[in-house]
Amino acid sequence: MAKTILSVDDSASMRQMVKLTLAAAGYDVIEACDGNQGLATARGRAVDMVLTDLNMPGMDGVSLIRELRKLPTYTGIPIILLTTESDAIRKQEAKSAGATGWITKPFQPEQLVSVAKKVIGQ
Amino acid sequence: MNISDPKDVFRQEAQDLLAQLEAVLLDLEHRPDDIELIDSAFRALHTIKGSGSMFGFEAVAAFTHHVETAFDRVRKGSVAPSRDLIAVALQAQDHMRSLIDNQEAADTRTGDAILTALQRVFDAPEAVSPAAAPTPQEATWRIRMRLPADVMANGTNPLLLLDELRGLGTATITALTDDIPPLAEINPTECYLGWDVVLSTSQPKSAIEDVFIFVRDEMSLEIERLDVCDPVPRIGEILTDLQYASKDAVDAGLAQQKPLGEILVKAGEVSPDKLASALAEQQHLQRENVAQKASTHATIRVPAERLDELMDRVGELVIAQSRLRQITKSGVDPQATSVAEEIERLVLELRDTTMGIRMVPIGSLFGRFRRVVHDLSRDLGKHVALTMEGEETELDKTVIEQLNDPLVHLIRNAIDHGIEDPDVRAAAGKPSEGRILLAARHAGTEVLITVRDDGRGLNRERIRARAVERGLLPAGTEIPDNELFQVLFQPGFSTAEKVTSLSGRGVGMDVVKRTVEALRSKIDIASPPSGGTSVTLRLPLTLAIIDGLLVRIGNGRYVLPLGTVEECVELTAAADAQSRGRSFLNIRGELVPFMRLRELFACKTPPDEFQKVVIVSSGDLKVGLVVDQVIGDHQTVIKSLSKLHSDIAMFSGATILGDGTVAMILDVPHLVEYGQVREERLKAVG
Repeated sequence: MAKTILSVDDSASMRQMVKLTLAAAGYDVIEACDGNQGLATARGRAVDMVLTDLNMPGMDGVSLIRELRKLPTYTGIPIILLTTESDAIRKQEAKSAGATGWITKPFQPEQLVSVAKKVIGQ
Repeated sequence: MNISDPKDVFRQEAQDLLAQLEAVLLDLEHRPDDIELIDSAFRALHTIKGSGSMFGFEAVAAFTHHVETAFDRVRKGSVAPSRDLIAVALQAQDHMRSLIDNQEAADTRTGDAILTALQRVFDAPEAVSPAAAPTPQEATWRIRMRLPADVMANGTNPLLLLDELRGLGTATITALTDDIPPLAEINPTECYLGWDVVLSTSQPKSAIEDVFIFVRDEMSLEIERLDVCDPVPRIGEILTDLQYASKDAVDAGLAQQKPLGEILVKAGEVSPDKLASALAEQQHLQRENVAQKASTHATIRVPAERLDELMDRVGELVIAQSRLRQITKSGVDPQATSVAEEIERLVLELRDTTMGIRMVPIGSLFGRFRRVVHDLSRDLGKHVALTMEGEETELDKTVIEQLNDPLVHLIRNAIDHGIEDPDVRAAAGKPSEGRILLAARHAGTEVLITVRDDGRGLNRERIRARAVERGLLPAGTEIPDNELFQVLFQPGFSTAEKVTSLSGRGVGMDVVKRTVEALRSKIDIASPPSGGTSVTLRLPLTLAIIDGLLVRIGNGRYVLPLGTVEECVELTAAADAQSRGRSFLNIRGELVPFMRLRELFACKTPPDEFQKVVIVSSGDLKVGLVVDQVIGDHQTVIKSLSKLHSDIAMFSGATILGDGTVAMILDVPHLVEYGQVREERLKAVG
């Protein structure tokens, strides 16, 4: 069965790019446009991996990670952070909050697929 | 032993080198940048030239000299190994072969034409080959990884990391369980394991580090390069190198002259896991060592007839042994019995080893077809890619040799009739490159060899029409595909409108059938509506010795190949009584037709009181064979029947029993077919 990835990003173009890339690699992608919506979606159903942006209106990425890790069903679920080079401090913050890994923007579609493969397998 | 003519030795060696050269050239077509391949082509040419002039093959040496010069330029990078160059080089390789086979007969004009073509390729303006990247060297690394406790809670799956390491090369992984706390204290979300990995890979160290990119900062990771040396380091050296044991402890342990690992574990110096890790590393190095050696030299060349001789001797030994068993079974002398049992075990092992020697991986045969496919697709202007599976599947050498011709026919058919022209394929929405799969695999006592193409498939209507026209089928009958396709094996049967140089004359398939049947094998053809054709040969593992089930019918004894026997049941009086007209047995709800072999063999002696039924199977079909007595398993050395008896389809051969009498070997597939057909006939009657 195809693995499901939750993509949380406030930029519609980013979400679309993520969805196209991961869907082409055989993953199911569901979307949320900010942390609050992402958390609500995650509470409603189980996913195999979460991919979240850092800076979002409402609940930001770090808080989302913190909240997700509080949910018993999200212990051990890989959470990947989309971040920019300049966010080194926030990246560390996210890691302490429980992020599994990160992808630095801008990135190539293949990088995204290889990270997904790395943390949840094919 | 007679001393071989050095010329013959050279011929033998040159054949090997040319085969190697051919494989290299074909590889080079796909990987033109591989320096290793170019070097190996050059070496082969160089050796042929050198040895050739030494043993009086002047023409070979002179011709090879030119080709070698050409490859020297390729090696130095001044000319790229283009497709054209490889095509000419393959022709040159063929010419060398004919020169070696018969110096005088070979046409010098052919050689000259090839050399001119070679010159033309070189003079053609062409971009200088890009400086080929040196092929990365394989290295062995020791990786020690200890992940932080919360790694799994944060979403990293250590198994995926290990899988990723495995993906890089050959990995030996040992888990260290020392830090696992007592059960009551275990937190299931925490990671208590550590891993020691020995990895042989051609990837650089950075590729290994990249595996750990997300956890690198929190974990402890050591990556060291190990030397694969001979002899491999001793266990004490590895333990101290890993700092799992102190030098003093190792020395003290060594003084005791017992397996060092055990001593150190007993003394509490090393935990069993750490010892396991060190041992795993040692074994990994050992394997790498063996692998490196195997790629150079580890075989002896033996003439095939000597192997056949050995096989015959072993066959006779097996017969003699079964006689011995029969004598000692009466239990004359317990000492003699125990020796006989010992001999029995040894003979069986000897038989298996001998058969093992005759087993050759089918890859050696498959390799030849790459050239066939290359040449044919070039001639026909089709693009064809050949993929091979199961090259490591082993088969009796004599079987493999006889498979060459049938497989060549099948591959030709696939390319000529199966795979469409590139534009037809494109119009049908298929990739322009056709695919042919050549696959071998084991299935029980059989080896299945499949030739499958993704071409247009077989045209049922045309085949049926043609078969009716030729009176092979009554008009208007519907028969299953597998039976319909069997008409393709009729001599002279062809649906091709025009005869090409390759196929269409209708010879070929009947040759395939005849060769394959001589090997006691069957052919299945399938052509699914989704397109493509697949032909599967079902071959017996070996032709010489089988495990059989010995049964008695009347006064005669017969052997059934044990691989075909499903079970033995008793023929109850009730089943016997009600089955005069129709012979069916109810085996756990399944209706199995059965045959009385007594009737089949017109046996006049009175039947035994309790008859037995041996249920045998062939393919998906099952049939029961009624016999008087099931005697037991029997090592059966197959002797083929004389030409005079070759038309008796019930028997596939004969064997000599322990007391010297002859037992016939029943041809189970044929009997099953016969039984099923008879059943259908009876059904049709009433």
